[in-house]
Amino acid sequence: MKHLVSAAQLSRDEAVGILDTTLDMAEVRTRAIKKLPTLRGKTVANVFFEDSTRTRLSFEAAAMALGADVTTFTAPGSSVSKGESLKDTLQTLEAMGAEFIVLRHAHSGVCETVVNSGWVDAHVINAGDGTHEHPTQALLDAYTMRTRRYGDGSRGRDLADLSVVIVGDILHSRVARSNIWLLRTLGASVTVAAPKTLVPREIESWGVDVVSTLDDALDAKPDVVMTLRVQRERMSSGFFPSESEFSELWGMTGARLRRLDENAMVMHPGPMNRGLEISGVVADSPQSTVTDQVANGVATRMAVLYTVMGGSR
Amino acid sequence: MTVVIRGASLLGGGNADILIRDGVIQEVGTVTTKADRVIDGAGLVALPGLVDLHTHLREPGGESAETILSGSRAAAAGGFTAVHAMANTSPVADTAQRVELVAELGRRAGFVEVRPVGAVTHNLDGIQLADIGAMARSAAAVTVFSDDGRCVGDALLMRRALEYVATFGGVIAQHAQDPRLAADGVMHEGSVSSELGLRGWPSVAEESIIARDVLLAEYVGARLHVCHVSTAGSVDVIRWAKKRGIDVTAEVTPHHLVLTDENTRSYDTVFKVNPPLRTQSDVDELRRGVADGTIDIVATDHAPHPVASKDSTWQDASFGMVGLESALSVVQTTLVDSGLISWADVARILSVAPAAIGQVDGYAAPLAVGSPAHITLVDPAHRTDWSIDRLRGRSSNTPFVGMPTSGRVVATIFGGRETVIDGETVDSIEMGM
Repeated sequence: MKHLVSAAQLSRDEAVGILDTTLDMAEVRTRAIKKLPTLRGKTVANVFFEDSTRTRLSFEAAAMALGADVTTFTAPGSSVSKGESLKDTLQTLEAMGAEFIVLRHAHSGVCETVVNSGWVDAHVINAGDGTHEHPTQALLDAYTMRTRRYGDGSRGRDLADLSVVIVGDILHSRVARSNIWLLRTLGASVTVAAPKTLVPREIESWGVDVVSTLDDALDAKPDVVMTLRVQRERMSSGFFPSESEFSELWGMTGARLRRLDENAMVMHPGPMNRGLEISGVVADSPQSTVTDQVANGVATRMAVLYTVMGGSR
Repeated sequence: MTVVIRGASLLGGGNADILIRDGVIQEVGTVTTKADRVIDGAGLVALPGLVDLHTHLREPGGESAETILSGSRAAAAGGFTAVHAMANTSPVADTAQRVELVAELGRRAGFVEVRPVGAVTHNLDGIQLADIGAMARSAAAVTVFSDDGRCVGDALLMRRALEYVATFGGVIAQHAQDPRLAADGVMHEGSVSSELGLRGWPSVAEESIIARDVLLAEYVGARLHVCHVSTAGSVDVIRWAKKRGIDVTAEVTPHHLVLTDENTRSYDTVFKVNPPLRTQSDVDELRRGVADGTIDIVATDHAPHPVASKDSTWQDASFGMVGLESALSVVQTTLVDSGLISWADVARILSVAPAAIGQVDGYAAPLAVGSPAHITLVDPAHRTDWSIDRLRGRSSNTPFVGMPTSGRVVATIFGGRETVIDGETVDSIEMGM
C-alpha cells in the first residue's frame, strides 16, 4: 500500500499484517541498538497544521528509529491552513526531498484530497484529519488490545473474540471512527454509549450497537471500554448540559471499573480530562492501558512507515 | 433579414417550418417565402428560448470566475435567451444604479437578455431592506428579489420583505436554509457525512424555512418563489402549500436531479454545492415533483468559480457548480428520456414558467406567430459523455464530466439573431440589428 489514508481502507489481512509488523518493531525497540536502517537516506516530513505534540513526537521517534531524516512543519491555527497554502507547503517539502508526508490537519478528508489531487508523489500517512480518521491511533489501540489479551500468542490473530465499548463524543471523534471501522474489520463487536447529540446519524450502518448510558453498556461485561476525550466547549453548543451530568452518565469511574471483569481493559487516546470522561483512579489502575498505548504508538508508526514503503513481512 | 427553420419538430410534436422576420416569428407551418438564411431543422426539436431564473454571472467583483459577457455566452451555448443575474456580486446589487449597470452590460454582451435580480436586504446583511422600490422602478425594472447565497432567516424581516416586494408586484426568491440549523454544514447530513466526518447540512434546515415561508406568504397575501429545492420533504411541503392555494413556485437545479451525496465520498470539491447533494430518494422525489407540477421550473444555479477556489480541502472549497451549458442535456437525460415529461413540458419548465415567474416579456406563447423569435433547436439523438470542452464560460467547475448525456443545442436564436450556429456560439453579437 502506498498511503495510509484511513483505517477503513484496510482489509483484515492488511491490518493483521501491520499489527504483526508492529510486533517485530516492538522487538527491535528492546534491543541494545534500537534502530533499523530501513529508511536511511530518506526524509519523512511531519506536517502538522493542527497542534498535537504527542502524535508528532511519536511519528518523529518512529521515523528516526528507522534511520530516516525528519523534517517537521507545524502551523497551528487554521489561518495558514487554507487551500493554496496547504498545496504549496506540501510541494515545497517534497521539492526539498520528502518522500513521506505525515499529515495532521483540522479538515476532514485532507489526505484523500492530497492523494487524489496529484499535488505530490510522496507517500501520505494520515496523522488525524478533522473529525474523520486517525488510523495510526486505531492500529496502536488494536495492537494494545491484542497484546494485552493474547500476549506471546498474538501473532497472526485478529480481534474476533473481543467486545469493545466506545463511550462519549463519537460525533466529533476521529479516534472513534477509525477504531470502529478497524475493530469491525478485525472481527470485534462494538457498542457505542453516548447521548444522541453525540452519535453520528445512521451510525447503525457501521455495524455497531448503540446504547444510551455507559451503565447500559457495562451489563454485557465488555472486554474493553474505550473512553474518548471530551471537548469542554461542547457544553456551550448544547451537546450536553454539564460536566457533572456527563461524568454521571458516561464517565468511567471507579465504581464502574468494579463492574468489569478483572482482566478487562480501559483505554484512552489522551490527553485525558481526569474526572470528566475518566476518573483518576481508573486512569492509574492496572487495567488502564494509557501508558501502553503511548509506548505502542512508536512501534505502530514504525510499522506503518515500513508498510507504505513497500515492506512486507 | 429573414430566416427560415425547415422541418423542425415543434415542442417535440409535428414538423413545421418557422419563418422569422425582424426578430419576430412570422409564420409557422409550411413556409414558401424565400428567406435570406435557411436553417435545416430536420431531426431537431424546436423549443422556445430557455429562461434561467437563477444564474450567477459574478460581475461586478468576481470577474476571475465569470463576466456578464462570458456567462451570457455560456447561457447561449446552453440554449438560453434570458437569464436572471443573482444579486450576490461585489458590490451587491442592492441599488437602482447597480441593477441598471448589470442590465446594461447584459445588453452590450448581446447574447441573452440579462435580467438583474435585486437583493432583498442591503448588502445581503439580513437586517435592513435593500432599495427594493427603486430597483423595481429603475430602467432595469427588477421583478425578482433574492438574497441568494444567504437565507432571509429572520421571520419578521421575511414577513416585511414579502409585503414590501408585493407592493411592487415582484416576487421573493428565497434561499431556504435555516442559518442556525445548517450552520457550518458542508454537505448533506446523513450516513455519508457521518462517515466522512464532514459537518452536516440537514434536510430539515431547508424544509422548516419553506414551511415557515409558505405560511407567511399565505398570511400576507404575497407571492413566494423557492430557490433550488433539494429534499423530498421540501417537495411535500410545497405540494401541501399549493393544494392549499398558496401562491408559491419552486425550482430545482439539474444537479439535484441526478447527483447524490454518494458523489462526495472522494472529497472531490467539484461536488461541493449549496444546498448540498442529497440522497437518491430525494432525487427520485424531486423528479416526481417536476413531473406532477409541484416543482414549476428547472433553474441552473450556475455558480462559476476559479480553479483556486476548488483546489483545496473540501472544507475550504467554495460552494457551487457551473450549469448553463449542461442544463438542457441533464433535463433530457433524467426526465425526458425516462418518460417522466414531454418536450412540451421542457418548454414549460425551462422557458414559459420561469419567464412568467420573472415577468420576462415575450415567452407566454412559445413558437407562436407574433412571438419574439427566441428559439432553441436541440438534437435529441445526440449521445455523449459530458466533457469540459462543452463549456463556454470562464470557469470549468462542472460536476458532470464523464456522465452519459443526451441532447445537444444546435442553434440558439435570440430575438431573431443567431447566438449559436451549428452547435457553436458566435464570436460576438452585432448590435443594433
